[in-house]
Amino acid sequence: MKLFKAFGLGLLASALAIGGAAAQGKTVKIATEGAYAPWNFTGAGGKLEGFEIDLANDLCARMKVKCEIVAQDWDGIIPALNAKKYDAIMAGMNITDKRLEVIDFSRPYASGLHGFATMKGSAIAKLAGLGQRANLDKDAAGAQTMIDEWKTLLKGKTVGVQGSTVNSAFLEKYLKDVITIREYKTTEQHDLDLAAGRVDAIFAAHSSLKATLDQPEFKNMMITGGGMSGGVLGRGVAVGLRKGETELRGQFDAAIQDAIKDGTIQKLTQKWFTVDMSPQS
Amino acid sequence: MDFEFMQDTFLRLLSGVPLTLNLAFTSVAFGAVFAMLLALMRMSGVKVLDWFARAYVFVFRGSPLLVQIFLIYYGLGQFRPTLQEWGLWTFFREPYWCAILALTLNTAAYASEIIRGGLQSVPHQQVEAARACGMSGFLLFRRIVFPIAVRQALPAYGSELILMVKATSLASIITMMEVTGIAAKLISQTFRAVEVFVVAGVIYLILNFTITRIIMAIEWWLSPHLRRPPAVKPALEAVHV
Repeated sequence: MKLFKAFGLGLLASALAIGGAAAQGKTVKIATEGAYAPWNFTGAGGKLEGFEIDLANDLCARMKVKCEIVAQDWDGIIPALNAKKYDAIMAGMNITDKRLEVIDFSRPYASGLHGFATMKGSAIAKLAGLGQRANLDKDAAGAQTMIDEWKTLLKGKTVGVQGSTVNSAFLEKYLKDVITIREYKTTEQHDLDLAAGRVDAIFAAHSSLKATLDQPEFKNMMITGGGMSGGVLGRGVAVGLRKGETELRGQFDAAIQDAIKDGTIQKLTQKWFTVDMSPQS
Repeated sequence: MDFEFMQDTFLRLLSGVPLTLNLAFTSVAFGAVFAMLLALMRMSGVKVLDWFARAYVFVFRGSPLLVQIFLIYYGLGQFRPTLQEWGLWTFFREPYWCAILALTLNTAAYASEIIRGGLQSVPHQQVEAARACGMSGFLLFRRIVFPIAVRQALPAYGSELILMVKATSLASIITMMEVTGIAAKLISQTFRAVEVFVVAGVIYLILNFTITRIIMAIEWWLSPHLRRPPAVKPALEAVHV
């Protein structure tokens, strides 16, 4: 009997100790995908690397918390956040209305363009608007004109896209009637299938497309057509958080604000994307 | 649990059932032929054939189907010029055929062992008796060995069928929109993983329940000797007496 009591007390004590540590909020667990270079990817040594890994470490230092970064498949990254497997998502995730229904976001820490890529010499290589940019919110008419011009060349083609992203939402909304959409789990997979000729083009973030083009085995791939942003493509990349965690959200907001102000985000985006992708305004 | 949502999900997932069944049964049909060949090779007594079959079963039974699908789809995709030269690219270009190929190769390995087990379980006396009656060669195989072997192998083969229906869910990773593929898409749209996967699970249960009943019916049909003899009406007996 005594033994049982001692055992029970021990359990209780350890439970309290664990609860206490969590209450202090010293460790913030951040999930990333680990397959979305250069935002976040698994390096040659098996370690997570990329813009968001650097940024997460920087933000955590500003927030004076200890951070643990884990890799999680993109598919289940939001359900697992709500199931409390971790506390935050930093995985190149854009703020969209759909996602705001289930999770909260910090203020954006980066923004960028989205567009098509294809193989050199293909029919789609002459897609309209190369070098131009269009915003679905600020210049809806201009964006629609660009999309209409795309439709003639894209008609009947198969386009690869990563599933459950702003990119697949864009294709579903604007080009569903003229193209066949094929959804992939990761961007690496649709890159491979474009190179293999199973799809005619892919639609993704320019930042991730550029990283692919830099690899020697994808040297025949090219970005085609103009860059698109806004609307279903989201209002910038931000930290995803569970609803109601206002304290953590406030901490992230303040830290991101600081990092934008002192040029850290500009420096980090220059390092990883070769262009400044710090959020405008 | 939101039952209206689950009902809606059920209807949307049903649209993936034809592809799921198509993948399962097409690959099982091709796989069964291939498995029969492999089983005969194993039992042929010719060393080269025997060892080929052994090596094949070892490789395809010993490595995960997921890895096989990845290798066939993304791996061979990188040898496009060679495959084009051989005129095979139109086949390997399509995710459907890559999925069928992977599933077929996989089920052939498992099924060949099941068939071999069935064939080897045919009692020697039965074969002797058939020979004594003057049967030999194909007639012996068709009338005696094959029916007994099928009866013995059917329960294990039924499990293999069920495994294949479930294995088709892996085809979703190469962009095939069967039940699991649609489920993953619905989850990404609604973020309600639990409800969607519960409904997907129920659909697989219904499919496999139907398959087990069909297998049971075939077993019953193939085993008349195990059924209870029909009761003879005493009145009828009296007449005969």
